[in-house]
Amino acid sequence: MRVNFTVNGRPQEADDVWEGESLLYVLRERMGLPGSKNACEQGECGSCTVRLDGVPVCSCLVAAGQVEGRDVVTVEGLADFAQQRSESGCATGACGTSLQDAQQWRAKGTDSQTGEGTELSPIQQAFIDAGAVQCGFCTPGLLVASDELLERNPNPSDADIREALSGNLCRCTGYEKIMDAVRLAAARQSEGV
Amino acid sequence: MPANGAPTKITQGSQTKGGIGESTLRPDGTLKVTGEFAYSSDMWHEDMLWGQILRSTVAHAEIVSIDISEALAMAGVYAVLTYDDLPTAVKNYGLEIQDTPVLAHGKVRHHGEPVALVAADHPETARRAAAKIKVDYRELPVITDEASATAPDAILVHEGRDDHHSGHVPHPNIVHRQPIVRGNADEAAKRADVIVKGEYTFGMQDQAFLGPESGLAVPEEDGGVHLYVATQWLHSDLKQIAPVLGLPEEKVRMTLAGVGGAFGGREDLSMQIHACLLALRTGKPVKIVYNRFESFFGHVHRHPAKLYYEHGATKDGKLTHMKCKIVLDGGAYASASPAVVGNASSLSVGPYVVDDVDIEAIALYTNNPPCGAMRGFGAVQACFAYEAQMDKLAKQLGMDPVEFRQLNAMEQGTIMPTGQPVDSPAPVAELLRRVKAMPLPPERQWESSEGADVRQLPGGLSNTTHGENVVRGIGIAVGIKNVGFSEGFDDYSTAKVRMEVIGGEPVATVHTAMAEVGQGGVTVHAQIARTELGVTQVTIHPADTQVGSAGSTSASRQTYVTGGAVKNACELVREKVLEIGRRKFGSYHPAWATAELLLEGGKVVTDGGEVLGDLVDVLEDETVEIEAEWRHRPTEAFDLVTGQGNGHVQYSFAAHRAVVEVDTELGLVKVIELACAQDVGKALNPLSVIGQIQGGTTQGLGVAVMEEIIVDPKTAKVRNPSFTDYLIPTILDTPTIPVDVLELADDHAPYGLRGIGEAPTLSSTPAVLAAIRNATGLELNRTPVRPEHLTGTV
Repeated sequence: MRVNFTVNGRPQEADDVWEGESLLYVLRERMGLPGSKNACEQGECGSCTVRLDGVPVCSCLVAAGQVEGRDVVTVEGLADFAQQRSESGCATGACGTSLQDAQQWRAKGTDSQTGEGTELSPIQQAFIDAGAVQCGFCTPGLLVASDELLERNPNPSDADIREALSGNLCRCTGYEKIMDAVRLAAARQSEGV
Repeated sequence: MPANGAPTKITQGSQTKGGIGESTLRPDGTLKVTGEFAYSSDMWHEDMLWGQILRSTVAHAEIVSIDISEALAMAGVYAVLTYDDLPTAVKNYGLEIQDTPVLAHGKVRHHGEPVALVAADHPETARRAAAKIKVDYRELPVITDEASATAPDAILVHEGRDDHHSGHVPHPNIVHRQPIVRGNADEAAKRADVIVKGEYTFGMQDQAFLGPESGLAVPEEDGGVHLYVATQWLHSDLKQIAPVLGLPEEKVRMTLAGVGGAFGGREDLSMQIHACLLALRTGKPVKIVYNRFESFFGHVHRHPAKLYYEHGATKDGKLTHMKCKIVLDGGAYASASPAVVGNASSLSVGPYVVDDVDIEAIALYTNNPPCGAMRGFGAVQACFAYEAQMDKLAKQLGMDPVEFRQLNAMEQGTIMPTGQPVDSPAPVAELLRRVKAMPLPPERQWESSEGADVRQLPGGLSNTTHGENVVRGIGIAVGIKNVGFSEGFDDYSTAKVRMEVIGGEPVATVHTAMAEVGQGGVTVHAQIARTELGVTQVTIHPADTQVGSAGSTSASRQTYVTGGAVKNACELVREKVLEIGRRKFGSYHPAWATAELLLEGGKVVTDGGEVLGDLVDVLEDETVEIEAEWRHRPTEAFDLVTGQGNGHVQYSFAAHRAVVEVDTELGLVKVIELACAQDVGKALNPLSVIGQIQGGTTQGLGVAVMEEIIVDPKTAKVRNPSFTDYLIPTILDTPTIPVDVLELADDHAPYGLRGIGEAPTLSSTPAVLAAIRNATGLELNRTPVRPEHLTGTV
């Protein structure tokens, strides 16, 4: 079948999609967007978390056909998504994203081999700065989930952070640096850094 | 030489930014947060096929027949391979004993063993084709434990063994046995005022790295193959892969793809040979990606163990003797079992002084899933048991458990049961003091004016308690781990370092085959190069087999050994650069010949700080490149009868204090805090050091209260191969982990550093168990603890 949907602000079309394929598979194998990860492919680990019409979902549990006409944000588009959100007049970035807004922005292309000079969203920068990245396989899902948390709750308590990220497994860090990263991003956000 | 434990003096590079000791950030951080970092499962190639493995559905059986005709006839299927298609006489592989079939031959020995391979144009086609392969099994009785393995009429898991351990083991179903006898335990036992005996059970833990086994094999024009794969040791893989393919090693090129965690689970081969076989057969690139279900069958696990311990102590609290037997279940294939046995036996006494010991460790061949390397490697199981023993002894003696440990703690100069003196700092008593001295988390943190926050209570959002029946407990434990490959293994690393001027700036390039699995080796290599070469710009070349071996990313060894190799290669490059400088500019300033010269901030300076020249001018268009191997001190094998021998390179110590709250009615445990104190010798990157300690601590927490692969004792089949049924700690299960880092230099190691990755995985588990015992008063001789063990409803 053919599936049309918007990924990181760009209309995309996938052909010859088998009905059993997940959104995760289509992103990774048909659209060249392997940032969403495949750690369990059964909705337990959160490594494939994307925003579907603004809502965080495990893309491994979404059949590709269900995404027809909808809007998807992946980790690859997170920096531009955050940029767009702050430019839309919401200084804290915590005003939520309307569906209309979500469909009007576009991710900028980047072909950087090293990532040098790449524009990062506050949560991405905070993960690097706080040492929250080790092997990094959980990182994309955690970034999407954390970004969504800070969008709806700019000053989360530790218990709030743990609750929001409880669907994202990490095996390397023991989560302490991930807590630090979210606290850091929240603090920078509230200081307008 | 500095006094023992004093910091190693750093002169060279101390003025250059981003060197050792700083918390510089990961060079791969940006790619990892933008989703662009290419993990092994992200590989893609035009026209590639997908490989799929058919695995055995039973644990132990003869293969009567395999019918691949229906699978081969499916549209989109390019190849179906079985044992008969293997191209050479080499049909087995293995880390130490080559007992693992690439594809099953006439027999399967464990649930999930590879039987056939499929390549197809879509992963689902490959899966369906694999399901169409008909395998007729004639089932055999299963060997599942010590009793069934060593029974007089036991079926041999491997007939006709001729490996180097087969001659000394008491039964062919025992992979390896390592006794250690020192002093006279029976005689010393007579001095004991109290004797404590215990039997302990350690469950089978999974590494549960998140990036699944995966990779891409691309056939090359010269008849060779290029494999992009996630592994812990490229050169060890290469040695095992090439003979099976019938290719010389230079025709099997290997490049490290992004590794999504490892923890020991990638020491053995998984899909490497399979992908290469399919690629060479079809002439097309072949990608294999396990799903999580398959991953549970696709790598070895931590050995489950039975441990039998006896300790004695005098009434004033001095240990008299220790006897133990440690039985590790190695499963169907040897993997790293022999080395795990060596570790378990040689570290079985823990970080304590005991002169009279009688120790035995064995690993079994059974039909359970193969077990091998996992973070902590044999020392973890022992630590769980000896720390339980320490608490029991302290209790019987009426002593404080920490004071009792401190009274018996080893220190620098202590002789290990193997006869090896501990010749660098061993601050066991100090780590215990520090971890005990940390402030305790406040009681009843869940209470607030709006009622109980159930998220902070046992049971969490299941809303099972608002504080009633919740009891707090505190436990402390300490452990000892060896660093580096032991028992006489030639444990070297290679580094190639280049220095040149690029864009008007001196740039160093570090090339090693070290597997970066998340630990931050790439960060540390860049720091070492900055310190040793006084430059800011360092490029880390991707890891591949175009440079010599870096050994395994295992045994807490990479910063020590490959870090040591990078330091060594940098020093050689620095000498060469200074030689060039002397040649070019020596006549302009006498200091070139007379002073000690350093490289700092891109300049050649004297140790007095005088600038002699710019590296850009020294090098001009010259490139200095040196590849060199580096070795730590050699070790010796353990004597097969007495266990004596200087078997280890270095020891690593950590202590934990766990604070738990237990809902005693429902048997639910909430770990409130898990504090750690660890000696790291020298923290090359403090941020990464703490990350390693917290991560290791959490894996220890996992096997204390939730993680266990359940194997059916009747069928030897795995019951919970998924993240739905095999639980690892989430952010809700994991407490705050305060870390106190001690830096007592080991004069034998680069910069005085100590391997750190594994020690925190050891004492975490027994600390949590001790805390649960403290809260409940239960004996709890097995881990993980499940609710039924606390409620008596087993």
